[in-house]
Amino acid sequence: MKITNTIKITKLLAILFISVFTFTACSDDDDDHDHDSEEELITTVKYTLTNGSDVVTLKFSDPDGDGPIEPVYDIVGDLTANSTYTGMIELLNETESLVEDITEEVKEEANEHEFFYTSNVSGLTITKTDTDGNGNPLGVETSLTTVGAGSGTLTIVLKHEPTKPNDGSSISAGGSTDVEITFDVTIN
Amino acid sequence: MQRLFFLYALLWGFSATAQDCSITFEGKIIDFHDKTPIPGASIVVLNLNRYATSNINGIFKINNLCKGKIILEIQHIACETKQITIDIEKEIHKDIYLEHHLEELNEVILKASTKTEQSNVEQSIKKSVIEEFTDKYLGDALKTISGVSALNTGNSIVKPMIHGLHSSRLLIINNNVRMYDQEWGDEHAPNIDINASDRIDVIKGANTLKYGSDAIGGLILLRPKRYTVKDSLFGSALTSFNSNGLGGSVNSEIIKTYKTGYYTKTQMNYRKFGDFEAPHYNLTNSGVESLNGSVQIGYNSFEKGFDAYYSYVNNEFGILQSSHIGNVNDLVNAINSAQPRVIEDFSYTINVPKQSIMHHLGKIEAYKRFKGFGKLTVQYDFQINRRKEFDLRRGDLKNTPVIDLRLFTTSLQPNLQIDYFNNLKVNAGLLVRYQQNDAVSGTGTSPLIPDFDKYDAGMYAIGNYNLNETTEISTGIRYDFTNINANKEYNVTDWQETYNYDELFPEFESGAIRGTDIPANPRFTYHNISASLGLSKKFNNNIQLLANYGLASRVPNPSELFSEGLHHSAARIETGLLTIGKEIANKFILSLEKNSNDFGFAISPYYNQINSFIQLIPVGITTTIRGAFPVWEYNQIDAQIFGVDIDVNKKISKNFNYSASLSLLQGDNLTDDIPLIHMPAANFSNRLFYINETLNQLKISLSHRTIIQQNRFPDYNFFTYNATIQEEVFVDISSTPPTYSLFGLNTSIVFKVFKGSSLQLEFNIDNVFNVSYREHLNRLRYFSNDLGRNYNLKIKINY
Repeated sequence: MKITNTIKITKLLAILFISVFTFTACSDDDDDHDHDSEEELITTVKYTLTNGSDVVTLKFSDPDGDGPIEPVYDIVGDLTANSTYTGMIELLNETESLVEDITEEVKEEANEHEFFYTSNVSGLTITKTDTDGNGNPLGVETSLTTVGAGSGTLTIVLKHEPTKPNDGSSISAGGSTDVEITFDVTIN
Repeated sequence: MQRLFFLYALLWGFSATAQDCSITFEGKIIDFHDKTPIPGASIVVLNLNRYATSNINGIFKINNLCKGKIILEIQHIACETKQITIDIEKEIHKDIYLEHHLEELNEVILKASTKTEQSNVEQSIKKSVIEEFTDKYLGDALKTISGVSALNTGNSIVKPMIHGLHSSRLLIINNNVRMYDQEWGDEHAPNIDINASDRIDVIKGANTLKYGSDAIGGLILLRPKRYTVKDSLFGSALTSFNSNGLGGSVNSEIIKTYKTGYYTKTQMNYRKFGDFEAPHYNLTNSGVESLNGSVQIGYNSFEKGFDAYYSYVNNEFGILQSSHIGNVNDLVNAINSAQPRVIEDFSYTINVPKQSIMHHLGKIEAYKRFKGFGKLTVQYDFQINRRKEFDLRRGDLKNTPVIDLRLFTTSLQPNLQIDYFNNLKVNAGLLVRYQQNDAVSGTGTSPLIPDFDKYDAGMYAIGNYNLNETTEISTGIRYDFTNINANKEYNVTDWQETYNYDELFPEFESGAIRGTDIPANPRFTYHNISASLGLSKKFNNNIQLLANYGLASRVPNPSELFSEGLHHSAARIETGLLTIGKEIANKFILSLEKNSNDFGFAISPYYNQINSFIQLIPVGITTTIRGAFPVWEYNQIDAQIFGVDIDVNKKISKNFNYSASLSLLQGDNLTDDIPLIHMPAANFSNRLFYINETLNQLKISLSHRTIIQQNRFPDYNFFTYNATIQEEVFVDISSTPPTYSLFGLNTSIVFKVFKGSSLQLEFNIDNVFNVSYREHLNRLRYFSNDLGRNYNLKIKINY
């Protein structure tokens, strides 16, 4: 009895110590700088509106993400009254040395994403012109129509895993917000 | 009993018929610890069925023995029963050393079991309470103790809280090993399978210096069973089924003990649940799967022994899908909507967000007693904790964790217990510990907690002195050294402007700048002193008064120093600060207790004054591409927490018992003169218990628990602009949910199956009235109601 027990104990001790060494061995820290680049960060949202040679861009960039640097709004051009623009949105990650186009990922997972556009400028309407695999709106491509002159704001929201189809409002669509930015727009 | 033995001994003396055998054996019973003789010990000659009792000098004689071997069993009221074999031919005189029960520290210990069930055999009761919670968690089981609450993330991630304090302020000691399982996080539950322990003690004071200097809230001790020295093989299998979550658990343990003192125990546990449900909807993605096991091998004798233990815990927790939100407007929507935004059909699938955690714990402990001196114990242990948290992500990163941390801890602890002196026991020991955190790369995010190495060394001495028969005082002092050495990259703007670290901590800079980042090497050294003073006084009528004072100091944890990042379920950015220093607590606790068979009570008021209390509070709002987020930062304030716990139990009749408890607590932020954040509300509970031993040990109990709405909370509500609806919206993150009451029914019955085996059947109902409620200490309370009614069936086979 005693002998078998002694064997058991020796075995157990062996296992214990081997495991300790194995674990410590694999905890060798080969990744000396653990500051992984932020691979999924969206740093830049660019909404380009084109009507022939009339091109307006609304750009928001926040190169350090959640970091301390304040984001920058860059709005080039004013919208013209009584016009229809073709809108195209672009999401970029500019922290990567090779700038990553997040829009492509959103398009690949179109069923799980949707853009929402709202504006308080009277008469300004935005229609989503593209759809996901199920025939529900996606909103990477849009059509923007202006009526009279004026100014106000335009808000763009990207929802991840919203309810689809929905009533067109980002609030009732739920999901988690990946982008929410508001631009000042002027229509001449 | 002793008298009876004595009588027997006398009778035997007279009635023993004359034989050829005429040898007289003389023995002397001596206290192992102080070498004084022990009178009144009863001695049984097992193989002859004869008895004797030791006299005032510890001496006993057995006459008329034949040649050959005799087996003696020596019993004494305060000692462990001892068996020895003596060859009469070789020795007719022997000194026999007996071990006095080693008295526990002079602590305010409330056993998890004695308060929930009155007047039964200690160990089985304790185990039975644990078995009630076989498919739940440590925090759930501990909530049955007054003054203990829990901080939840959903219903499966449960952190115990003693007197309003949790995480790094509670020490959880699992089989004499202090748990290091990234306990700093609010949503990091202890990686413990409660089925592996036989008894759980909660110590509410801050004065148990043996395990550390930082038990500001208290201690939780999980103890394994001590096995008797005999040849035996036994075990049990416990299966539990639940209607809520359509799942349950299987737990099996088998124990083999040997007369030689060796023992082995193997235990396995598997549990699986699908989506749980609130009274009116499914809690989508709240399923759980876990696999746990433990092995124990040891040798137990009076003079020496060892114990080797290994346990493995692997948990996968689904986290309510609706709790993954993007920004503060999503949070407002969740708070304002009555139901979670995602309600799907029941499923066993665990999707994101989820936590996957693995914990290994191994230890080996050996002891040796020295005559007339004491007991030396040496323990070596190691732990590995690997935590992976998965969130909703896009593209290639879908199956990549956002958090992947591995914490390795190893320690060596010699302890010396000196019991040579009659009225004084001294416990002294040393500790060396090394800890390494590895932020495993490949997550595609910057780590929430950076790589660090931590070194600890400590020493302590505790003395217990018996002033007289009824009064005992205890005192202790402990010193701890801690060194933390971390590597973390800081954003240049943060380092130089936001936090001004370039002026505060220039020594942490390496001089290099990598892009927009500064690689820094924060190093901190701390010296901690802690002390304790305790008094226990026994009065007539089983009344006892305990008084305790504890001075504890806690070094800031890695999260408080270094954390940096976004918490999706809380829609907040959490920031640790290098300027955070240690916190120091003075805790006073009194307890007046009465323990008798038909009536018992405990009234325990306490006062905890904490200087430089570290708290996490909202400090402002930051705008990101995802919208607005509140920023939560750690800061330090002076705080006080005081309250009272009251427990009562009364035997109404032979079959009926009643027990009740009440906990009142108030926490104050003295610096800002406002209530302290996240303090448990006043609560009380009642339990009526029917037991009929003759009718298959039928037990029926009705229980009730009411949690009063917490009206004392700091108001950190704020307004944010919602661009979609073009107006300012109110973000009510502080207001607390209303009062609620829950009722439960427990029934159990035991059948004898065949010799030595029994079958126990249990049927229980939780939340009998299917009440919809939200608990203020549940971090997911913004998103959904808590659990609805659950029918539970347990089948236990003991063999």
